[in-house]
Amino acid sequence: MAERLPLAKAVNAALRTALDADPKVLVMGEDVGKLGGVFRVTDGLQKDFGEDRVIDTPLAESGIIGTAIGLALRGYRPVTEIQFDGFVFPAYDQIVTQLAKMHARALGKIRLPVVVRIPFGGGIGAVEHHSESPEALFAHVAGLKIVAPSNAHDAYWMLRQAIECDDPVIFFEPKARYWDKGDVDTDGIPGPLHAARVVREGTDLTLLAYGPTVKTALAAAEAAADEGTSLEVVDMRSVSPIDFDTIQRSVEKTGRLVVAHEAPVFFGSGAEIAARITERCFYHLEAPVLRVGGFHAPYPPARIEEDYLPGLDRVLDGVDRALAY
Amino acid sequence: MTVESRAAHGSGARKTATAPRKKAARPARRGGGRSTGGAAGAMVQLLTPEGERVEHPDYSLDITDDELRGLYRDMVLSRRFDAEATALQRQGELGLWPSLLGQEAAQIGSARALRPDDYVFPTYREHGVAWCRGVDPQMLLGMFRGVNHGGWDPNTNNFHLYTIVIGSQVLHATGYAMGVAKDGSDAAVLAYFGDGASSQGDVAEAFTFSAVYNAPVVFFCQNNQWAISEPTERQTRVPLYQRAQGYGFPGVRVDGNDVLAVLAVTRAAAEHARSGQGPMLVEAFTYRMGAHTTSDDPTRYRPDDELAVWEARDPILRLRRHLERLGAADAAFFTALDEESDALARRVREAIRTMPDPDPMAAFEHVYADGHTLVDEERAQYAAYLASFADHAEEN
Ligand SMILES: Cc1ncc(C[n+]2csc(CCOP(=O)(O)OP(=O)(O)O)c2C)c(N)n1
Repeated sequence: MAERLPLAKAVNAALRTALDADPKVLVMGEDVGKLGGVFRVTDGLQKDFGEDRVIDTPLAESGIIGTAIGLALRGYRPVTEIQFDGFVFPAYDQIVTQLAKMHARALGKIRLPVVVRIPFGGGIGAVEHHSESPEALFAHVAGLKIVAPSNAHDAYWMLRQAIECDDPVIFFEPKARYWDKGDVDTDGIPGPLHAARVVREGTDLTLLAYGPTVKTALAAAEAAADEGTSLEVVDMRSVSPIDFDTIQRSVEKTGRLVVAHEAPVFFGSGAEIAARITERCFYHLEAPVLRVGGFHAPYPPARIEEDYLPGLDRVLDGVDRALAY
Repeated sequence: MTVESRAAHGSGARKTATAPRKKAARPARRGGGRSTGGAAGAMVQLLTPEGERVEHPDYSLDITDDELRGLYRDMVLSRRFDAEATALQRQGELGLWPSLLGQEAAQIGSARALRPDDYVFPTYREHGVAWCRGVDPQMLLGMFRGVNHGGWDPNTNNFHLYTIVIGSQVLHATGYAMGVAKDGSDAAVLAYFGDGASSQGDVAEAFTFSAVYNAPVVFFCQNNQWAISEPTERQTRVPLYQRAQGYGFPGVRVDGNDVLAVLAVTRAAAEHARSGQGPMLVEAFTYRMGAHTTSDDPTRYRPDDELAVWEARDPILRLRRHLERLGAADAAFFTALDEESDALARRVREAIRTMPDPDPMAAFEHVYADGHTLVDEERAQYAAYLASFADHAEEN
């Protein structure tokens, strides 16, 4: 059944389906119950599944992840919510030192199917710690899987797949796109969770993005087309692992790659992609892999965040620079 | 100087005009009725909701009519400033505003218990405390307008930056207090936090550190009953002030809508810290009468009748009744204060409408104290990028 839903409602639908299908699935976090979360993503779930399944937790992120680990050890599948990107750090210790490594330490004998949902990214005019993109900080840690859908359909299916996954998944939701509507086909068969996808075909340059930046990349491709440049847009979808095969195929076709993400460029996921693609596609590349993203500066106050974010103009500037080689 | 020697040397020098006459505070003895709510009897109260003065065996207060009027003025002006900021948010001048409505007594009473050389670590709602510390109210708006992330020098008024990450500042306050003790100073440090924040590991760790190092810090928890949509019962099974006992320092619950009781209890707690006796926890039992922030919708989670119960305990009304009972304020006082409120509101409105947006290049400022080549490089690149638009505009 295909339905037109805002991305936030698609996440809600995925949670609802998962709660319905498996009594071991739990939703837990701050304000997820009566309020339905500060973005209303969990709206109505507590009413239908009760306080034992949709759990308002104390205000303690380390506590949320730490107890989710315990619940997972006991056979539950907790889907935790961190209210905003900048508040994951009290839980960072539990995620990095415990959640990521326990499966390996137990020689594979235990599973930790914990999902950590994090609304991430900027562009909503918020105060500090509400607009960050910390995905690289997690990608550096082995044992975690990291995904970031860019549209409602993916949000629905990728969350369902993340919940079914036996590994811990950090699920980054593009909060600036929560209200964007898209067709969600809840009957279809989803592709693999970690596959990248070509979302617009092109011949002159590959523009790679994920999460909130995909929409920007598509808009940039549209604008570039008006000027006679054909951009291929690839939605990376998964930050760890990365589907390098799909990216490689595209770059072999176009000969150029620009990576755009909101996180600071320095030591960001774009750096990893540039290194790997240079290695894989050295003889196909007509230009160095360029990156467009955040600066090496704290996420700035809202009135100048448009300067910090890789918007249409900055992405096109990156495209121009790559084409100039 | 060690903590012990501070205690030994300090008493004489530390006596201030505002020091309580009684010995250091003891935790209230009786437990609450409801698990985390509690009967009024368990709380220190010096002023009934009807504005009648009552005595408390452990917390006395000598206060002049002039001082009473001063507290009233602070509360009224804080409320007015807050209302103006809320209105400005509605008009699109601020991105967000966390209102202090209902918490004026907790904030003014505690802040007026402090000396200028004491140090305050606020969370994000302490507009009344900032007022008492002498921070220009318009300074508080920059962060919520999105032009800066703080914008004031914490050392000017010994009032630290607002803290968004729940509970973080409670550890900073503890460390600062450890430094105060190491320096042999007799200042006290006040850490503000909410009932929700009491669940954070940082707050528990702050309790541990402060107790172990006997740090002169007062933990001032404004229990306004809600952490966004979660009631205090989601954070604790015992009244919060009782937590202190497990860490080995006193805790007391005060009627947070009674500015006199808050003043007396905070003075005692600060004196406890000054005199080398270490930390103390004050739980101000109060109520957030508005929404959590302007983005919040309390009708989704808050019982309808709750607000009415607390409106009857309004901290400002209570002191007004007291002033009227005493005959300590006449109509002229109230009229003059109304005019002062209007003037403050006008000044704030004016200030915000003329508050400039930051220069885009401001993002590269103050990233490091000693500079960083990558920041220099990105700044130069971005400046060139911006300049390319200007060139383009000139061409056309
Ligand atoms: C570490 C962290 N987690 C979550 C949040 C989001 N958040 C902001 S305020 C708030 C509620 C805080 O409640 P409380 O501590 O009782 O203080 P109050 O706002 O009631 O004054 C939450 C959950 C945050 N700012 N920081």
